[in-house]
Amino acid sequence: MTLRTGSMVGESRAPAAHPVPVAAPKAPKARPKGFDGYWPWLFVLPTLFGVLGFYIWPIIQTGYLSFTETGPFGGEEFIGVDNYQTMLADGNVGQALTNTLVYTIIVLAGIPIALLMANLVNQPGLRFASFYRVLFFMPYIAMPTAVALVWRMIYNGDFGILNWMLSLVGIDGPYWTSTPGFAIVSVGIVGMWASLGFGIIILGAALKNISPEYYEAAQLDGATRWKQFTAITVPLVTPSLFFVTIISVINGFQLFDLLYAIMGQYNPALVQSQSLVYIFYNQAFIQNDKGYAAAIGMLILVVIGIVTFFQFRMQKKWVNYV
Amino acid sequence: MSKESFSPAQQGANSVRTHLVLGIIGFIMVFPFLWQLIISLSTNDQVMSVPPTFWPGDLQWGNFVDVFTKLPFFDQFGVSVGITVIRVIGQVVLCSMAGYAFARMRFRGRGIFLGVILSILMVPPQVYLIPQFQIIQNLGLLNTILGIALPGIFSAFGVFLMRQIFLGLPLELEEAARLDGANPFQIFYKIMLPLATPGISALVIITTLWSWNDLLWPLVVTTYAEKMPLSAGLATLAGSITTDYPVMMAASVLAMAPVLILFIALQRRVVDGLAFSGSK
Repeated sequence: MTLRTGSMVGESRAPAAHPVPVAAPKAPKARPKGFDGYWPWLFVLPTLFGVLGFYIWPIIQTGYLSFTETGPFGGEEFIGVDNYQTMLADGNVGQALTNTLVYTIIVLAGIPIALLMANLVNQPGLRFASFYRVLFFMPYIAMPTAVALVWRMIYNGDFGILNWMLSLVGIDGPYWTSTPGFAIVSVGIVGMWASLGFGIIILGAALKNISPEYYEAAQLDGATRWKQFTAITVPLVTPSLFFVTIISVINGFQLFDLLYAIMGQYNPALVQSQSLVYIFYNQAFIQNDKGYAAAIGMLILVVIGIVTFFQFRMQKKWVNYV
Repeated sequence: MSKESFSPAQQGANSVRTHLVLGIIGFIMVFPFLWQLIISLSTNDQVMSVPPTFWPGDLQWGNFVDVFTKLPFFDQFGVSVGITVIRVIGQVVLCSMAGYAFARMRFRGRGIFLGVILSILMVPPQVYLIPQFQIIQNLGLLNTILGIALPGIFSAFGVFLMRQIFLGLPLELEEAARLDGANPFQIFYKIMLPLATPGISALVIITTLWSWNDLLWPLVVTTYAEKMPLSAGLATLAGSITTDYPVMMAASVLAMAPVLILFIALQRRVVDGLAFSGSK
C-alpha cells in the first residue's frame, strides 16, 4: 500500500468509462487510467451491505431498544433511561458482573500454566512433541457444550468421580454445580482447562522466535533453567502474553456456553451463578424483555471497553517490545 | 553437533522426568474425554455407582445406536454441517474479495468503509443479537439452516485477516498481469488468491471451529429440536432427559468427534493457522 504513489488520484474519483485525464504528478510509470473504477465496489459491496445490515444497523437498533420497553403484544414504548436505572439497582446484574469477573480471573490464572506447558512441549529435540501438543489442545477445539456435559458427570455431587477422589483423602465434596459460589468456580475451572490450548498455541509460536543463543549464553554464565525461564523466556514473550490476556478477558466476559450446559436450566443455584451474557439471553429470549436486555448488552459493551482500555494503559508497565 | 551439545534445553529434553511430567499433564488434559468414552459405553447403573466403574466390562455399544434412534441426531448433524459449510464458503469468498479490495484497490471512502467494518470487532455480540434475531424472524428464516448461518457469513475479522495477507504479497505480480491485459477479477482470482492460501486455511479453520461449536445464536433462532445444530441440541437435551447419562455421553462424543478428528489429523496446519491469525 505504501508503494502506491498514484493512489491519491484514484481515491478522489475515477469513473471507469471516463478516466480523469490528469496524470498523477509523481507516478513513475504510466498506470492504466481508471484501473480500479467500479471493480472495488464489486469486491466490497456484498460484505459492506452484509455488515451494515446485519451488524451496524442492529448495533444502532440496540442502542435505541435500550431506551424502550417491550409491550405485552410486542412493539416498543420509549421510556427514557428507566432500563438503565433498573439495571443499576438490580442485584442479579451486580451478582452476574461479579460472577463474570470471578470466571475471567480463573481463566486468566491459566495463562502462566499455559506458558509453562508451552515451554515444556517446545523444548528442542523433544520426542513425541506433536503427540503431547494434541493432548494439550484437544480441550480447546472440542465443542464446549459437549465437554460441559462430561464435566457435569465429573462434578456430580452423588456419584461424580471428583467427590469420590476427594472422599479417598477424607474430604466430603459439595454439590459442585448446584451450590452457589462453588458453581461459578467449577465452571471457571472448566473454562481454564478449555482455554489452556489457545495460550499454548500462541505462546508456543512466540517461544520458537526466541534465539537459542540467549539460552546458550545464560548456560555459560551458569544460570539455572528456572532462572533462564524467568529472565529470558518470560520477558521475551510478554507481547504474546499481553495478546493472550486481552483475548482471554474478552472471551471470559462472553461466558455462556459452559455455564448454560454445565448448570442446566433448572439448577437451584442458577440465579446466584448467572453470567452477564446469561442474564442477557434470559431477559431477551426467555423473559422477552428486549428493552432491558438491550441495556444489559450495552453494559457488557461498556465494561469490556473499560477493562480493555486499562489493559492497554498498563501494558507499558510490563510488556517489552523488542 | 557442537551446537546440540551446547543447548541447555536439549540436555534435559528427553529425560524420564520431562516425559513423566508431560505425560501426567497430558493425562489430566484428556481425562474428561476418556471418562466421556467410558461412560458412553457403560450402563446407567454403572454410571451412578459409587465407587465409580472404571471399566464397564460389557461395552454397551447400543448407547450409540440409541443416539440415532432416540434423538434427532441425524437432523442436528445435518444442520451443523449445513451451517458450517455455508459460513466457511461465504466467509472465504466474501472476506477474501473485500480484504483484497481494501488492501490493493483504490476507491472513494476506502478508509471509512474499512473502519466501519472493523468497528464491529470491538463490539460484543450481545449488542447486535436482538435485532439480528428480529431480522431473521422478519425474513421468515427462524428454524432454517440459512437463518442460523446468515449473519455469520459476514466477518469483520475475516476481512481484516485477508487484508493483512494481501498487504504482505508483492506488487510486481499484479503489475505484470495487468500489463498482460488481465482484468482485476482475473488478477485476484488467478494470481493473488492462490498466494493467500495460508490466510485462507487459517480462516477456514477458525470459521469451522466457531461455527461447529457456537451455542448462543443457534439457541436463539431455533425452537424445534430437529432444526437445531448439535451444540444447541445437546444443551437442550441436557435440560430435559438428564437421566440417561450413557446415551447423553455417546451423543456428546459423536457431536464433537468430526471436528476433533479432522483437526487432530491436520494438527500442524491447525496450530499454524491459529498461531498465524493470532500474530496478525
